[in-house]
Amino acid sequence: MVECGRHLNIEILTLSEVEDISGEAGRFTVRVKQRPRYVDMDKCIACGLCAQKCPKKVDDPYNAGIGKRKAAYIQYGQTVPLKYLIDPDHCLYLQRGKCRACEKFCPTGAINFEDRERMRTFEVGSLILAPGYKPFDPVVYDVYGYKTIPDVVTALEFERILSSSGPFMGHVVRPSDSREPRKIAWIQCVGSRDASRSENGYCSSVCCMYAIKQALVTAEHMPGKGLESTIFFMDIRSHNKEFERYYEDAKAKGIRFLRARPHTVTPGAHHTGVEVSYVTEDGRPVVETFDLLVLSVGIQPSPDARALAKKLDFELDQFGFARTRSFDPVTSTRPGIYVTGAFQSPKAIPRAVTEASAAAAEASRLLAGARESLTRTKSYPQEQNVSGHEPRVGVFVCSCGINIASVVDVSALTEYARTLPHVVYVTNNLFTCSADTQVLLGQTIREERLNRIVIAACTPRTHEPLFQDTLREVGLNPYLLEMANIRNQNSWVHQTDPAKATDKAKDQLRMAVAKVALNDPLDRPRVEVVQRALVVGGGVAGMTAALGLADQGHDVVLVEKSDRLGGNAWNINETWRGNPIRPLLEQQITQVQNHPKVRVLTNARLMSGSGSVGHFVSEVNVNGATETFHYGAAIIATGARESTPTEYLYGHDDRVMTHQEFDALMREAGDQIARAESIVFIQCVGSREPERPYCSRLCCTHSVQSAIKLKEMNPEMDVTILCRDVRTYGEREALYRKARSLGVLFIRFTRDRKPVVSQLKGGLAVDVFDPILQRTVRLEADRIVLASAIIPIDNTDIVDIFKCGHNEDGFLNEAHPKLRPVDMSVDGLFLAGLCNYPKPIDEVVGQAKAAAARANVILSRRTMQLDAIKSFVTDRCDGCALCVDVCPYMAIKPREEHQGDRIRKWVKADSALCKGCGLCQATCPKGGIVIHGFTAGQLQAEVDALLQSA
Amino acid sequence: MEHEFEPVIIGFLCNWCAYAGGDLAGVSRLQYPANMRPIRVMCSGMVSPDLVVHALSKGADGVLVMG
Repeated sequence: MVECGRHLNIEILTLSEVEDISGEAGRFTVRVKQRPRYVDMDKCIACGLCAQKCPKKVDDPYNAGIGKRKAAYIQYGQTVPLKYLIDPDHCLYLQRGKCRACEKFCPTGAINFEDRERMRTFEVGSLILAPGYKPFDPVVYDVYGYKTIPDVVTALEFERILSSSGPFMGHVVRPSDSREPRKIAWIQCVGSRDASRSENGYCSSVCCMYAIKQALVTAEHMPGKGLESTIFFMDIRSHNKEFERYYEDAKAKGIRFLRARPHTVTPGAHHTGVEVSYVTEDGRPVVETFDLLVLSVGIQPSPDARALAKKLDFELDQFGFARTRSFDPVTSTRPGIYVTGAFQSPKAIPRAVTEASAAAAEASRLLAGARESLTRTKSYPQEQNVSGHEPRVGVFVCSCGINIASVVDVSALTEYARTLPHVVYVTNNLFTCSADTQVLLGQTIREERLNRIVIAACTPRTHEPLFQDTLREVGLNPYLLEMANIRNQNSWVHQTDPAKATDKAKDQLRMAVAKVALNDPLDRPRVEVVQRALVVGGGVAGMTAALGLADQGHDVVLVEKSDRLGGNAWNINETWRGNPIRPLLEQQITQVQNHPKVRVLTNARLMSGSGSVGHFVSEVNVNGATETFHYGAAIIATGARESTPTEYLYGHDDRVMTHQEFDALMREAGDQIARAESIVFIQCVGSREPERPYCSRLCCTHSVQSAIKLKEMNPEMDVTILCRDVRTYGEREALYRKARSLGVLFIRFTRDRKPVVSQLKGGLAVDVFDPILQRTVRLEADRIVLASAIIPIDNTDIVDIFKCGHNEDGFLNEAHPKLRPVDMSVDGLFLAGLCNYPKPIDEVVGQAKAAAARANVILSRRTMQLDAIKSFVTDRCDGCALCVDVCPYMAIKPREEHQGDRIRKWVKADSALCKGCGLCQATCPKGGIVIHGFTAGQLQAEVDALLQSA
Repeated sequence: MEHEFEPVIIGFLCNWCAYAGGDLAGVSRLQYPANMRPIRVMCSGMVSPDLVVHALSKGADGVLVMG
């Protein structure tokens, strides 16, 4: 968020909504209505006095209505932009014409009651919509007693109760008597998978995992207190990467999972707690008491988003989510308008973030011709040379209105600063960060010939870039600056002890002055970018990524190890939306092969890789000959494959087959299959087993979809699916419902009581224990289809070449599952498709487009500027290479050279790989490698400066 | 008057987590004793044992490495 707020080419319009739109893709005119904030964003310094003085308390929607905020408020501490606003529906002045307390106390005069609604018009080429979702309101289910029984809360309310920034500071209490609950239950699928009361016939996709997370986090909050947690569920859907492990871990930690749908909830004794009535899977009625009941509410499209779809004239699907297609998962039905997030379909954060990048890719592909025509860049004067000059330190002490000054004695601090070595200029500002102070700061630097600056104010994490920019504007290297954080880490946390706070501020200032005197001007290294991409793997993921980059004008080398493009997609007939795959696949292959920017190498294998972001080099073996390629970024899309089952007579009887074999049979001998009397599907063959503890994600949907197909071909056929949980997540739930309505039979089994397949005369038999009938039933079958696990291909060569990581199951790892879901841990490498985790085609396409977008960020520039906080090898290095082993980024390489009969050894640090963590510096016994800006000398100077008075 | 012992504690705070946590404590106005003097580092791994020993030998009563 902070990055977004600070970006030169992103303008954030808060309190705004799209009013209407005209034009077409590439040239839209959008009118935006912006509601008044009543606070001048340029003047507000987020000191919070307005909220403190505001007399009007309001239920806090951020805390799900638990707890209060004021009518002058920010949503939460890290909000971007960090500017207060006034809620016109509750402000006493705006409602009743008197008060204006905020205006009176605001130290910068930022309150503006004259603020009015404004219309703004923008010319844009494309639109990306991410309007999110609305949590389901469970009040329509009278059986759950929400709003009538105090100790029934929604999961969102419970999330705020759990949060350390929430209304109870993370102390778990229940609403009725504010006591700690000891026995908590969650009910799943409240407002999901229910077409009767909620009209939400889809699965919300996220509730199983958030309920498990809440149960585990609650246990962490209350260790040793004998907490009992129960989750009532229909199917646990932990189908994402690492989710199944999390589920198994929760079971091992004692969370009770009960497959039951409570039918009645009544208040407990003395109006505290609840009594929950349910029927167990084997038919026993139970009434159980809980201290607190959490309703795992689903997510649904918000009415605002529906209105937006109407205004912008694009289609929604049957559930009110934006309609998209499998091969264009973020493209709305109106050209030039792209959709992402839960508005596209219910999904968890990793996919939302991935598809946001995909939407950016689509939007920028449309605008590729106009790239950089409207972007803004800033130019700076020539930097003055300060090396060899005596430090002339200027100190600027900020009062931050009264945020600092009310606790720390700023005038004493200012006077104290004058006594410090090298300090030639000191001043105190009311707001050092304000725009006019920046001008003053620049002038002072020039007039006083300052060459080192200390700002004693707030935190460098938010404000250092601003002050660094001011230094650059007057030709001073931005690294000649230090900040003393006397607000966030002083006045705000020592409000009751001004004397000690002032002493601490003096120490902080002295430390900063001591450090800044040792600061050297630093250069941000620039690396040349080779504007070519390497894509490894020629399946749908690789081809989509290659086309995405090629359409942006980059050269792409596509490496495929087999003799043809297409990968697994050749073996599957339809996407879950029922789109035939072959025609789309063939079309995509033709596009790739005919694209002037794409060079396709089949029978090709990646042999080596060196270099770093912007300039990698690899050798590729193509049909036995070696070719060398230089490239700036790479996308790994090596895929996965269907495993070969070892159970259920597979390999012994050819009527037992895998999904891909079944699809092949459907393509080639559909008529013959249609005449079958009975077909049985068995799920989780090799998945969700101790040796392979993950869900293969695709198989439930594929079996259900195949079952529907069979029933439609021959309604008389007996089609049975033997399953553990049915994981038709998201809108795929509609298929599950349809299958049941067509008469497909679902029988559950457990891992310790699996079905048994045997050969009969003329057919096959499956014996399975039915948990509802509580007895074993025998199914006769003409064919048995096994949902065999999706397993990764052997990625050892990729891992060895690029030093990237994979998880325990062998799937390549992303840098961060939520924040950087398509980046790999090595800068400049991205991943897409099944090599990362099993996923259906629409998600593969989304991820591949996202990977292309991320790679495009690198490839669209001729040079890349890196941060200056990097390791630097000094002449004291003797090549002992201790640092080589500790570097987590493989940024340091040993070097040696013969000089006569002596061998000179040293190490070389690659600034493109280095992240400046300084493990090398801490390990080196002789100062042979230092981190610019954080040298051992500078850290020690801070320590010494602090302790000199002790 | 009896002088109460006020320890001098040096805190090496990782820029990406502990230092950010320190900032958030400020935003949340969580109050704590004023004895710790923060030093921002780019990773707690940057803090060498030498530096910790140096600080203690120069008179620091405690060293916190947070990351």
